[in-house]
Amino acid sequence: MSLRRPYVRSMDGWWKKNPFFVEYMIHEGTALFVAAYALILLTGLVYLSRGEAAWNHWLEGLTNPWYLAFHWLALAAISYHTYTWFKIMPRTMPPVIVGGKRLPDWAITGGGLAAAAGACLVLLAVVWGMAR
Amino acid sequence: MKKTLKRSNAPIFWALFGAGGMLSALLGPMLVLITGLAIPLGFLLPADTMSYANMLAFAQNIIGKGFIFAIISLFLWHAAHRIFHSLHDIGIHAGIIAKLICYGGAMVATLITAYALLAVGF
Repeated sequence: MSLRRPYVRSMDGWWKKNPFFVEYMIHEGTALFVAAYALILLTGLVYLSRGEAAWNHWLEGLTNPWYLAFHWLALAAISYHTYTWFKIMPRTMPPVIVGGKRLPDWAITGGGLAAAAGACLVLLAVVWGMAR
Repeated sequence: MKKTLKRSNAPIFWALFGAGGMLSALLGPMLVLITGLAIPLGFLLPADTMSYANMLAFAQNIIGKGFIFAIISLFLWHAAHRIFHSLHDIGIHAGIIAKLICYGGAMVATLITAYALLAVGF
């Protein structure tokens, strides 16, 4: 066994030193909100399968201030995920060639964001239509 | 060179990550707004939108089942993949145990979702 104890520079908080990596950690961190939100929905689904009283209990639980605070944060985090998802998209998908020219980054990002806005409005309209 | 190349399982996880990422990017904000804020606070939508009768009918419908299954499971596969690949960045070794916890968690949640969707009936 070696008694050498070489100095190893700590990597704690390495990402805080560069705004690029701070942004990276925030957009990776949105996954925690996506996971937590999906688990809340899963809990609701399980309660739904257990009958009306259980479902109403779960639904009432959502009015708890902690849940409301979480959902405001989740709304911000997942909206930010939407923004970064399409911002990165020009680099995560193969180049799109239109008329012999490569589709510019802003067109891909803008198209994605427009699609997300459209999808959200369609979802709201469908839910509204089913509820009436 | 080996006769049979060992195929990587990474594309499967990456595809699930991509599908969940796309779905949550497209619908996530509105879903959170509806289920987490509009219904509990009573704005934007009719008060009985998520009543037991409405949600049961939705979960018993085959399209509704598919929607619920896709949302919950793909959101979790997306998050599991992203969290797994961020572990190294926060100083946690992303080894086989971390992989089992991340992807295994998503798999267990997917099975519970499928079970609950069968349990609500058709």
